[in-house]
Amino acid sequence: MSLAFDDYGRPYIILRDQGQKKRMKGLEAYKSNILAAKAVANTLSSSLGPKGMDKMLVSPDGDVSVTNDGATIVEKMEIQHPTAKLLVELSQSQDAEIGDGTTGVVVLAGKLLEQALTLLDKGIHPLKISDGFDRACDVAIKHLETISEEIDIQANEHEALIQAACTALGSKVVSKRKRELGKIAVTAVLDVADLARRDVNLDLIKIQTKTGGSVEDTRLISGILIDKDMSHPQMPKEVNDARICLLTCPFEPPKPKTKHNINISSAEDYKKLYQQEQQYFVDMVKLVKASGANIALCQWGFDDEANHLLLQNELPAVRWVSGTDVELIAMATGARIIPRFQEITPEKLGKAGCVKEVQFGTSNERMLVIENCQCTKAVTILIRGGSQMIVDEAKRSIHDAICVIRNLIKDNRIVYGGGSAELACAIQVLQYADEVSSVEQYAIRSFADALEGIPCCLADNCGLNPITSVAQAKSRQLKENNPRIGIDCMELGTTDMKEQRIYETLSSKKQQIQLATQVVKMILKIDDVIAPDDY
Amino acid sequence: MDIVGNVLPQVLKDEATEDKGEMARLQSFVGAIAVADLVKTTLGPKGMDKILKPTGPGQEMTHITVTNDGATILKSMYVENPAAKILIEISKTQDEEVGDGTTTVAVLAGELLREGEKLIQKRIHPQHVIAGWRIARDVALKRLRDISSENDIKSQEFHNDLVKIARTTLSSKLITQDRDYFADLCVKAVLRLKGSSNLDYIQIIKLPGGTIRDSYLDDGFILKKQITIGCKRRIENAKILVANTAMDYDKIKIYGTKVKVNSMDKVAEIEAAEKEKMKNKVDKILKYQPTVFVNRQLIYNYPEQLLADSNITVIEHADFEGMERVAAATGAEILSTFDAPERRDQVLGHCDLIEEIMIGEEKMIKFTGCKKNEACTIVLRGSSIHILDEVDRSIHDVLCVLTTTVKNRRVVWGGGNSEMQMAAACEEEAKKVQGKQALAIEAYARALRQIPTIICDNGGYDSAELIQNFNVELQKGNLTSGLNMNDGTIGDMQELGVKECMRVKEQAVMAASEAAELIMRVDDIVKCAPRKRDRA
Repeated sequence: MSLAFDDYGRPYIILRDQGQKKRMKGLEAYKSNILAAKAVANTLSSSLGPKGMDKMLVSPDGDVSVTNDGATIVEKMEIQHPTAKLLVELSQSQDAEIGDGTTGVVVLAGKLLEQALTLLDKGIHPLKISDGFDRACDVAIKHLETISEEIDIQANEHEALIQAACTALGSKVVSKRKRELGKIAVTAVLDVADLARRDVNLDLIKIQTKTGGSVEDTRLISGILIDKDMSHPQMPKEVNDARICLLTCPFEPPKPKTKHNINISSAEDYKKLYQQEQQYFVDMVKLVKASGANIALCQWGFDDEANHLLLQNELPAVRWVSGTDVELIAMATGARIIPRFQEITPEKLGKAGCVKEVQFGTSNERMLVIENCQCTKAVTILIRGGSQMIVDEAKRSIHDAICVIRNLIKDNRIVYGGGSAELACAIQVLQYADEVSSVEQYAIRSFADALEGIPCCLADNCGLNPITSVAQAKSRQLKENNPRIGIDCMELGTTDMKEQRIYETLSSKKQQIQLATQVVKMILKIDDVIAPDDY
Repeated sequence: MDIVGNVLPQVLKDEATEDKGEMARLQSFVGAIAVADLVKTTLGPKGMDKILKPTGPGQEMTHITVTNDGATILKSMYVENPAAKILIEISKTQDEEVGDGTTTVAVLAGELLREGEKLIQKRIHPQHVIAGWRIARDVALKRLRDISSENDIKSQEFHNDLVKIARTTLSSKLITQDRDYFADLCVKAVLRLKGSSNLDYIQIIKLPGGTIRDSYLDDGFILKKQITIGCKRRIENAKILVANTAMDYDKIKIYGTKVKVNSMDKVAEIEAAEKEKMKNKVDKILKYQPTVFVNRQLIYNYPEQLLADSNITVIEHADFEGMERVAAATGAEILSTFDAPERRDQVLGHCDLIEEIMIGEEKMIKFTGCKKNEACTIVLRGSSIHILDEVDRSIHDVLCVLTTTVKNRRVVWGGGNSEMQMAAACEEEAKKVQGKQALAIEAYARALRQIPTIICDNGGYDSAELIQNFNVELQKGNLTSGLNMNDGTIGDMQELGVKECMRVKEQAVMAASEAAELIMRVDDIVKCAPRKRDRA
């Protein structure tokens, strides 16, 4: 910790307890930050692309997860370094905004920082570097838009969407079944999409997991699947033409929220109270029955007696339905959520074609399926797999695919993958660099180098010679003026990504470059880190 | 530190570790193979058992388990290696999904990884290995489906198949001596379910004493409870009311109620009212005119006496599962309110005879001639609780396999036949595939062939010779040949009657490949700092 002295040579204390704090300043701080961030990016870089590898993460409690998803990896790594944490947030914001490309964004940021490090060594001021990156980023984004293509998402039974989903799934453990899963994801999204408004409410797609079987057994259920069974073992297991009463009040005597006491002082009171209690149950069931409902779903529990009355009145019921499920069912079946028994009216009931119990495996677990809902078509993707880890990873992968499809429905412009878009931008940025006469030129040129790092990394992961293949692709792009030349990761024999049909959304690519540039700029502006020593 | 010796800033938490590349891979291979090696001696009819001893102080910790069941062994082990945990996980899933083959799945995944490690050492990229495995898996599963046969569910052949499958499953268990007896018993139990796979209806009662041979299937239903003292011990043509209601005292469920009185008289009054309330309830119950009353909850003396006075046999404190079974078996409805005696025909269960029986030292209640004849009970006897537990697990495995077979109906030949055929299919495929994936396909075939090899080894036979001969037999076209583990020769499975359920094999191959692939894809292991626990 540096010390300041006053005119008389006495040391100032500037920070409280400054002896116990760590402080890094200037170049040392820049380098330390960049190295930490690069360490994270390095871990992720081997996960990029269709031949990328997975990471095994062991949580503090010893639970194992295996994943290829950038956002999940950095989140579960429990990163401590403050600057490296910025990359975690970077990946997560890409996940929240776009849903896919979470690995790519971190790798790009890592490459940019690597370039920044050499520029710093050359003695270029960090702010000049970040200015240069900023200008290069604008050029790259503009170029992305010019090379992007609009695709017809309807054509050929949504073939383009399926291809885009396949690209997203290609790097995951489920890649073997990418076409089937891609189709499932596309059907699911299209079922719930509002094509007129170009909007998709992802809440309507429920992803339910269940271990057992194999990833191939994953299927789409046109309805809602809830992990519950009927409250009484003898209730009918199937209700056709269901009229659903959705309750958020328990089948129990009411509990007022204010604290109160009922004092019984005589035998009459006692009897009266008993009768009243019995009456509660009878009334409740009567009210539900009177509305014409033939199945009741309740967010809360049932009293034994109420449960039996429901059975006796041939009213199948489900208890402890989770809050999110209640909302989903309400949306899908057009039911109103009813908070009080007195407010049950026939028009508040939801309608569905069929509610039935289905069973899996030997362990006697049952789930309820609500099919053919009246209003929107809510769908459930039921994911199966050999173990919990596979099922979890498949869930993340399908989520990514769904996000990609949603983005395409919102904005149907695409760029081609396989590193071709990055390469095309790099060429453009490099040209622009020569036009700039100030110090930023170097930064802009480095930005282009960093962009080239992505195809380089892809080629490396696929076991190709990175330098040769990137050089070849680049020269072909220039020679043929074709921005679709990329890295042939799958060894299909062509480097034209249009032929390989590797689609990525424009919005995702744009977001990747912008977010990565932003974070790098932020890291470059830090010249002083003060932290408690034991942190 | 990086390669040049610069000190890198610490990114992860203090006790967290990160292993990359070769180190990570080595770690997962070692872990997974160790787990597979641990359970592989239990494989096959000559497999050995393991003793599991819990650690820690306390009486209950001294209870040991002797078992041959892969899932049970793996579940009770505490491992730290993340790859080993994946293997344990698939074994558990196998147990839940089909109930048997839990050892096979872990061993197969382990063998796949062992072969995978060799390929990696030959500098083949993991992704190529995976690509090869995926081809191999599809080919293997296709062959498995092709060689399986299907019989009509009602036919005698299907029934015979079930018995054979049960025998095969049992042959690796403790009760292999009595496998014919138990196979027959289990098949009978499963056929009673009439196609439903709800194993809840088959109750297993374990009673120490006697020998394993004394176990039997009771076509009635046995409840491990006693008839309350003072009631009839034998009821013919019983009408049963099954209830889930409070018969101790009815507490008022309205929130915030408190009894506050100002004199002793009032106390007496309320007591009387309480008594009357119970009396009313009993009266209501009596209106249903049952001859037997079964309640899930406790019954206090007063209502018990009232019921007994009306000549009703009372069974109290039946647990929830027991009650559901009684209800299912006798066709009763579980009641909690008693205001509709006009529905008595619908709600009362019926059975021909209820009697108290003694099995060994314990008194139980037996329901025979039930209205719905689905439920049944397997009474297991044996000289110690450890044996009984193991027999219970074995019977559970068999029941699971049988119900799975009833659902799926496809069967394959046992004795390693299906594995060898799958391996052969993979090898044929490997000859057609261009590129280094072919090596991985061959590796897959070797891993599959390891299963019969290990079975031979466990039996103390010359596995190298036997497996080669086996292969030759298959090549000659004897597609029903398999390992005869009694004489250590290659025999005809058709003659020996060794069959297995196709679904079990299918699930094992699928789960093992998925797990091996998952582990193979890993090139980086990050272990977070363990959560600190305050030791009280």
